[in-house]
Amino acid sequence: MADTARDPPPESTDFQELEDGEDLFPEPAATQESGPASLPAEDISTNSNGPKQDSLFDDDPEDLFAEATEEVSLDSPERDVLLSDGPSPAITPITPPTSVITPRIGLAHDDMFTHSSFDEIEEEEGGDSFDIHIAVSDPEKVGDGMNAYMAYKVTTKTSLSLFKTDEFSVKRRFSDFLGLHSKLASKYLHIGYIVPPAPEKSIVGMTKVKVGKEDQSSNEFVEKRRSALERYLMRTVKHPILLKDPDVLQFLESSELPRAVSTQALSSAGLLRMVNKAADAVNKMTIKMNESDAWFEEKQQHFENLDVQLRKLHASVESLVCHRKELSVNTAQFAKSAAMLGNSEDHTALSRALSQLAEVEEKIDQLHQDQANADFYLFSELLGDYVRLITAVKGVFDHRMKTWQKWQDSQLLLQKKREAEAKLQFTNKPDKLQQAKDEIKELEGKVQQGERDFEQISKTIRKEVSRFEKERVKDFKTIIIKYLESLVQTQQQLIKYWEAFLPEAKAIS
Amino acid sequence: MSSLQSDHYPRAVNVDLQTDATLQVDISDALSERDKVKFTVHTKSTLPNFKQNEFSVVRQHEEFIWLHDSFVENEDYAGYIIPPAPPRPDFDASREKLQKLGEGEGSMTKEEFTKMKQELEAEYLAIFKKTVAMHEVFLCRVAAHPVLRKDLNFHVFLEYNQDLSVRGKNKKEKLEDFFKNVVKSADGVLVAGVKDVDDFFEHEKTFLLEYHNRVKDASAKSDRMIRSHKNAADDINRIASSLYSLGTQDSTDVCKYEHTHKIEARVAADEDLKLADLLKYYLRESQAAKDLLYRRSRSLVDYENANKALDKARAKNRDVLQAETSQQLCCHKFEKISESAKQELIDFKTRRVAAFRKNLVELAELELKHAKVKGLVTVRSR
Repeated sequence: MADTARDPPPESTDFQELEDGEDLFPEPAATQESGPASLPAEDISTNSNGPKQDSLFDDDPEDLFAEATEEVSLDSPERDVLLSDGPSPAITPITPPTSVITPRIGLAHDDMFTHSSFDEIEEEEGGDSFDIHIAVSDPEKVGDGMNAYMAYKVTTKTSLSLFKTDEFSVKRRFSDFLGLHSKLASKYLHIGYIVPPAPEKSIVGMTKVKVGKEDQSSNEFVEKRRSALERYLMRTVKHPILLKDPDVLQFLESSELPRAVSTQALSSAGLLRMVNKAADAVNKMTIKMNESDAWFEEKQQHFENLDVQLRKLHASVESLVCHRKELSVNTAQFAKSAAMLGNSEDHTALSRALSQLAEVEEKIDQLHQDQANADFYLFSELLGDYVRLITAVKGVFDHRMKTWQKWQDSQLLLQKKREAEAKLQFTNKPDKLQQAKDEIKELEGKVQQGERDFEQISKTIRKEVSRFEKERVKDFKTIIIKYLESLVQTQQQLIKYWEAFLPEAKAIS
Repeated sequence: MSSLQSDHYPRAVNVDLQTDATLQVDISDALSERDKVKFTVHTKSTLPNFKQNEFSVVRQHEEFIWLHDSFVENEDYAGYIIPPAPPRPDFDASREKLQKLGEGEGSMTKEEFTKMKQELEAEYLAIFKKTVAMHEVFLCRVAAHPVLRKDLNFHVFLEYNQDLSVRGKNKKEKLEDFFKNVVKSADGVLVAGVKDVDDFFEHEKTFLLEYHNRVKDASAKSDRMIRSHKNAADDINRIASSLYSLGTQDSTDVCKYEHTHKIEARVAADEDLKLADLLKYYLRESQAAKDLLYRRSRSLVDYENANKALDKARAKNRDVLQAETSQQLCCHKFEKISESAKQELIDFKTRRVAAFRKNLVELAELELKHAKVKGLVTVRSR
């Protein structure tokens, strides 16, 4: 493949683990001012020590920046703490940094499951003026034949001091987006964060583009995809946790990105994913959870209902788009027919009126076409996104169940071991007894961890769900308003056309 | 199933007719039963032919067809444009939809069901109104025609308050009709080739042929356009009800998108009325005008043949008298047809222009009204 020739290692490989550690942005204002001033970008030398844990719990922005000189390599031991469910497969191991990268604000390299972190995030959300805008543009075909792909320009405009500059852009291809999503999903989904799903693959669409068909449908496909990618990125960065994730930052900023090979449809990783999905589905059916928290039960029901309704709505909107397009075609045909009729009519005024009618209908057909596009891009795509999002939400609930299951399992195991130990007490096997006692101690720790995990994920989910609902309401409102505005415009155009026609019709004598 | 007072429905939608106090006909009521529609034909007349000045009878579609056919078969009326017969009332599609709705009642919410039911009932009512209007227009055209209004069959139709016992054509008769039509169109092609001496008629022939084809095309296309419009309106209805139930489910304030739907549906219905019906009607009328021209051409050919026969007879000096009488008959017939045909065609044009004007103006006004309302509603519900 031609594009494997990327420079290893990519420059921006210094992943700073941005946890929800400490208060990273006490007030956005403060960060803004202190940002440019105190960024000692130039002075940073390559230090690959591990972070100094104790000094990172400072709230003082100045100190945070001082700590910015520390860089963490991916192989640092702290990193393993985060990955509770095995390594994230998609992140390729990076060699120690060779050059300096922008200091990341906040290196709080901490156990992700501290409770204090969430309260701080809440503060942050309260006063946050979310100031980042991402545009995906300029789809460009790179390469030829079946190895061709579309490269998209991703432009970020922001005043957040999280980033090095205010405006920058990079070139990405579709598999990069998928790679980003799979990294985020493996890191965050199982602890309860709703990771926005990436746009879907489409083998048919892509093949058409690759083969080089420059027709309407492949243009539409590219446009659809571009717009979907843009929405995906915006949604991802709107999430306060995901925004700070180093993978996201790397994606937005670095000019070269390691090729995400595991996202290919027919790869071993892909097959592994499918097998896992099937296994999950089976497991889900067998887990009987004792739901002690009514909130979760209610929310789960709520999301089930929402899912059904959104799917129905989505289907109706797609049908509307289809019929509108049909209407536009039929109106155009009628316009031609009316023009012909006008031609053959030998009464001059009537003939002229009929030709005018034909023109009006032609303009209306264009209006219908535009309306159909609006319907589609505003409404239908949004609904599609939300249907997929809800699937992610349901996935998060499932993870909670799995966490609960793990906890219960380890509890059961502990009980068994305790019983076994009790039995051993009466036999004369001191070393076996000691072994049992050790195992019990270990299991007790595990049970405690399991309980903590469960509580943590429940808490995370609560927050995530309320954030999700707020976003959803906002999204829908915005879209509906935009849609209604487009409707109003259409109506005004219609009025203009018919008003122009009316005197012609009246002039027939 | 349902009855209808047609006074609020504008009469003579598609044609512009002089209302004459000496004979006024309208359909005052209509009843739709399982498989037939019963029209109450109401007549007001000052003519001496009728026993009373005002009376009503109940007629069915087949009786209208009988009346129309009697005109067509009457040789005396060969020189007139016979008003086209009203189309058969067709509620099958609507009934099917209502039935399907009834069957699917369990699978949708109560609100959805009531909404769809209202929709379908409104559609049924619209079709019903249309068929009443078509039948009325036919009668009014006959009543307005100076010659046809005096027809005896017409008077019987209007006055005889028993069933006319005109059974619909059985299979054999329908087959006969089919063959008659085939012969007629073949003949029409032959006859059409004959060049007419008269410029007026020659021009009319070419014009009508082209016009008829184009009206047919426009009518078909407008039907398709309106159907798409209706489909889109249906979709908007479904979307509106989904949005509404989404709104009740959670705390978003979803706007009254359904108003837009109602209006879209009205737009489609009005377009249907003003544009599609107009075109359909003129499709039939132009066909009737073509038929007139055909009859005239036919009689011209007969006349020319009679001339030739006369010449031959004179040359052979045999059956001269017979040939002369037949030639005179043909000549007389031809001249009579030509004269009335000319007037008919001129009237046809006047009527056509007036009808198009009326409908196009109304169409534009309605479209404007709807667009303005739609704009207001969308602004209001933001």
